[in-house]
Amino acid sequence: MNNYTVEAIELTRLYGGREAVSNVSFTLSKGQVLGFLGPNGAGKSTTMKMLTGNLAPSQGSVKICGIDMIENPKEAKALIGYLPEMRPLYKELTVDEYLTIAARLHRVSAKHIKSAVEEAKERCGLSHMSKRLIENLSNGYQQRVGIAQSIIHKPMVVILDEPTVGLDPIQIRDIRALIREIGSDHSVILSTHILPEVEMVCDHVQIIDKGKLVFNGAIDVLKKQRIGNKLLIGMRNPPAVEAMLRIPDVVEAESLPNGQMRVRFAEDSAPAESIVQTAVKNGWGLYQIAPDQTSLEDVFVQLTYQEQEQAA
Amino acid sequence: MIINVARKELKSMFSSPMGWVILSLLMFAFGTYYLNGVNDYFAVMSGAMRPAERTGVTQFVGQTVYGFASFIVLFAVPLLSMRLISEERRNQTLPFLFSAPISLTEIVIGKFLGLVLFLSILIVYIGLMLSTLNIWADIDFGYIVANSIGMLLMVASFSALGLYFSSMTQQPVVAAILTFIALFALMFLDRFFAGDPSNTLASLSLTRHFQSFASGLIDTADIIYFVLFIATFLTLTVRRLDADRLRG
Repeated sequence: MNNYTVEAIELTRLYGGREAVSNVSFTLSKGQVLGFLGPNGAGKSTTMKMLTGNLAPSQGSVKICGIDMIENPKEAKALIGYLPEMRPLYKELTVDEYLTIAARLHRVSAKHIKSAVEEAKERCGLSHMSKRLIENLSNGYQQRVGIAQSIIHKPMVVILDEPTVGLDPIQIRDIRALIREIGSDHSVILSTHILPEVEMVCDHVQIIDKGKLVFNGAIDVLKKQRIGNKLLIGMRNPPAVEAMLRIPDVVEAESLPNGQMRVRFAEDSAPAESIVQTAVKNGWGLYQIAPDQTSLEDVFVQLTYQEQEQAA
Repeated sequence: MIINVARKELKSMFSSPMGWVILSLLMFAFGTYYLNGVNDYFAVMSGAMRPAERTGVTQFVGQTVYGFASFIVLFAVPLLSMRLISEERRNQTLPFLFSAPISLTEIVIGKFLGLVLFLSILIVYIGLMLSTLNIWADIDFGYIVANSIGMLLMVASFSALGLYFSSMTQQPVVAAILTFIALFALMFLDRFFAGDPSNTLASLSLTRHFQSFASGLIDTADIIYFVLFIATFLTLTVRRLDADRLRG
């Protein structure tokens, strides 16, 4: 027995003849927060629907804590909490009524329902909204009710489809904090197309594009890819490229407008100090030196774009 | 698990004015018919001199009330059943049920039971109302029981059909109209074949099978007809929802 909470094995989903998701495999362990990234229509929601048993995969299988979703759907579903993209709220009910129904349907035993509802409300900051009709709550509070519904039975895996979409910045911050908190004792999968969000809450990232997994790894790997080993140097009297290349460890140099220069250095070296010394000695008029970060967006575009080039 | 789905349905039925309004209007209408029935009984029976012309008070009043009730549920059930699945589909709340640890069959039976339980409030109410006649007369409880069972089976069949049409569309109104047309056709099928009562199609009519209950007879053949009718449409509903999962 391995201790994966989620195992997706070669998931494929066809819509008509078109592959919405093709051959997606991954695993998730306890206590991990997995971010699912991808442009619109990449297959994020489809994958999540398959993971939660809302959609049958055309091929492949899903295992939740070792239980097959297709063979034992009830047992597998009992271990999952799911918040779809469109919040499944019964707006004519109050928060308490709705959460009680959610607890009951998720097999919380009769005597624990009350405490489960209270706990879920408290964790999502809903305690003072108990008697309000869901219809009258603001968007952000409705989203919290959606999240409360998905964690009420203390599932092993919580799956949230775009949990922060359409919220104001403060609500987004609150919900991110909540997701991090949930992630400490459950496994969480969340999908988004907001890149900084992934960096903030996830410790594992998957990028999906046109139904295919193009990146799967720890967030650190993505960050490293992002920072790279480049320096951006600004000088008032920029030297020739050859002069820069003479500095040890500098592998590549490129002149940019406004006297700036992008320098790539060898791995595991730190040439910043020697660059500064050389610049001072030769009077290059150094005014700026900083690691050259490609934004997460660039990495994302790079990864999804590479895939297109390979396909072409 | 089925009962939890049914409870949820009842809860949302009673959390909107719809449920209360329908219940109170129908009870008002039944009450009026009951009162008229009792008045008419005295008017008619005072003219009936010979014993052969006389009928019991239970049958006389019961016929008035149950006859009206079986007609009025034709309109009430489509209005109540229309939102069962189509509204969930439109509000995208179905994933809430689909991702809970319950099977599709349990969801469908739960929704069906929720509606039938709601409607059986009416049937129990009619039964109690007619039983009050026992204060003044010695009434035939068997007749009331047979009629109640008949009504329950018929209302359950209506609900099963309504549930199926509700699962086919996103628009509750469309579901209601389709259900109404289908029920209307099934109710009056035997009228079309009035000249040829032995026709096979005529025996598909819901009214024909209600007739024996209406006269106080519990016939197993009719019970089986209703049970099969319900089972057919519930199975079709489960299949319709399963198609969602398979085809998306």
